[in-house]
Amino acid sequence: MNKTKSMRNAFGENLANMAFNDEKIVALDGDLGNSTRLSYVEEKKRSAFLQMGIAEQNMVSVAAGLAATGMKPWACSFGAFMTRRAYDQIVVQVDQPNLNVKLVGAYAGLLTSNTGKSHHSLEDIALMQTLPNMTVIAPGDAREVVRAMEAIASFDGPVYLRLSRDETLDFLPGTDKEFEIGKGQLIEKGEKIAVLATGSMSSRVYKAIEQLKDYGIQLTFAHIPTIKPLDKELILSLAKTHSHFITVEEHFIRSGFGASIAQLTSEHHPLFVKKIGIEDTYSQCGKDADLLSYHCLSTSQLLENIRFIYEEVQHE
Amino acid sequence: MDDLKEFARKIRQGVIEVVYRQKQGHIGGPLSMADVLAFLYREELQIDPKRPDWEERDRFVLSKGHSAIALYVAMALRGFFEYDELFTFDELHSRLQAHPDMTKLPGIDMSTGSLGQGLSAAVGMALSAKLQHKDFRVFAMIGDGESQEGQIWEAARIAQRYKLDNLIAILDHNHLQQYGWIGEDMKTRMAPENDPAAKWRAFGFDVQEINGHDFSRIKQAFFYANNEKNERPHMIIANTIKGKGISFMENQYGWHSNVPSDEQYQQAIQELAGVSNE
Repeated sequence: MNKTKSMRNAFGENLANMAFNDEKIVALDGDLGNSTRLSYVEEKKRSAFLQMGIAEQNMVSVAAGLAATGMKPWACSFGAFMTRRAYDQIVVQVDQPNLNVKLVGAYAGLLTSNTGKSHHSLEDIALMQTLPNMTVIAPGDAREVVRAMEAIASFDGPVYLRLSRDETLDFLPGTDKEFEIGKGQLIEKGEKIAVLATGSMSSRVYKAIEQLKDYGIQLTFAHIPTIKPLDKELILSLAKTHSHFITVEEHFIRSGFGASIAQLTSEHHPLFVKKIGIEDTYSQCGKDADLLSYHCLSTSQLLENIRFIYEEVQHE
Repeated sequence: MDDLKEFARKIRQGVIEVVYRQKQGHIGGPLSMADVLAFLYREELQIDPKRPDWEERDRFVLSKGHSAIALYVAMALRGFFEYDELFTFDELHSRLQAHPDMTKLPGIDMSTGSLGQGLSAAVGMALSAKLQHKDFRVFAMIGDGESQEGQIWEAARIAQRYKLDNLIAILDHNHLQQYGWIGEDMKTRMAPENDPAAKWRAFGFDVQEINGHDFSRIKQAFFYANNEKNERPHMIIANTIKGKGISFMENQYGWHSNVPSDEQYQQAIQELAGVSNE
């Protein structure tokens, strides 16, 4: 298996191989192929690469027409453009008809390599997880991207795959294993507080959890790559054995991953859920490290934030 | 031709009957496209009502999805389902949704309703046929009002780029839309799609402009589109009359979606019967 830490490289190489081996698979590009690495498909199998130009709405509807006639289209753009710009097409022509269209939001979230507010997608999880037939997956590292794509390819239905441009993400334990849609991974076991993270934040949170051990703090940590459908069994079992949840995402906390966790627990086993993510504010351009720091999402800030909550819980 | 005229008359009669009985639906657009639709469902489309999911069938996408009732009547007449089912139109759990739903009614090739999207899906289907080396053709009916959606032109560019000469688009050019722009007289309204032929030519389409109520011209246009494989997608601009066939509905934007009164219904049915007796 490839050892790259780059989600986009892993995605491009894997999709190129998949298209090479399955003549029904085609890649639809919104003129970002050299960024998203969809270009790898064109290099490996030119006929499987369909340049749709800078027109995301048409791209999604064309994908629907391809899927309705037996093809397996993977449409890819930056997450912001894929979800915001083509939302009506996704609702009416992909999700409601439950067509086998794979939507890939590359450069999703906050870490997009100096592009700023227009290119950050901080509401894509909210938009996509709202849709009845949509599956939403945010892998935690490049290794998991490959595993998730295998599962997504063999699943017949619409999927939103949320990829980060961050190429520094260390591999999480267990992400080399077979990916099962709808299953989370319990990585660390501790007491009272369970920390749940998704996508590019999982790797950072895991580091913070590891470092907290130096302070004598052992917390539960679960990586949840499938945001919809949530791993109800795992999450509710954690809810029953912990008093507090902390959720971490690179997305608006309103209606995002944490909100979805809180919705689930509130209906079955209510507990305190502290949501860490982007507050009610717009982002701006800057280096990844600066953006993480500005939004209090760097590993050291996460560590301090979690430790602060831990201390409070100890005094309750 | 007489069979076609009778088929089109039955589509119009069905549209009026269903909208009158169900007290729901659109009239003007379904009546304007009825003749082209009659030709498609009576003569042109390679489809099999007994095998609506036949993989090699021609595809038809009603991009102007609000005219669904005319499509349903044509499908019933062609034998896709019993005529009586038309009178479930627009009801809860009906297979005949107000706007076509491919998950409910076999024979509907694409769900539509939000304007501007159907042509793109048809482009995807035509591309799919090319990629799979299949011979099926893809037909898409769009509206002149609908052409205000930017996505129509996004689709056109890709159809040209991928040389989709297996795509035959039809513009139901009835010169009106739901509300549109007010005329100089401050009374009439219009959907001014100025010179669509020039626009579609500029987008690389092989364009024909016809009277959309003249079956000899309709037949010629489809014959040409089928036989002229010059790597250009086809556009048939059908100049039509909104509300065609019912005197008091013709060219009246108010009949875009309206329900006839008892008297209006009787008059409409009589006028349509007169058409067949001509």
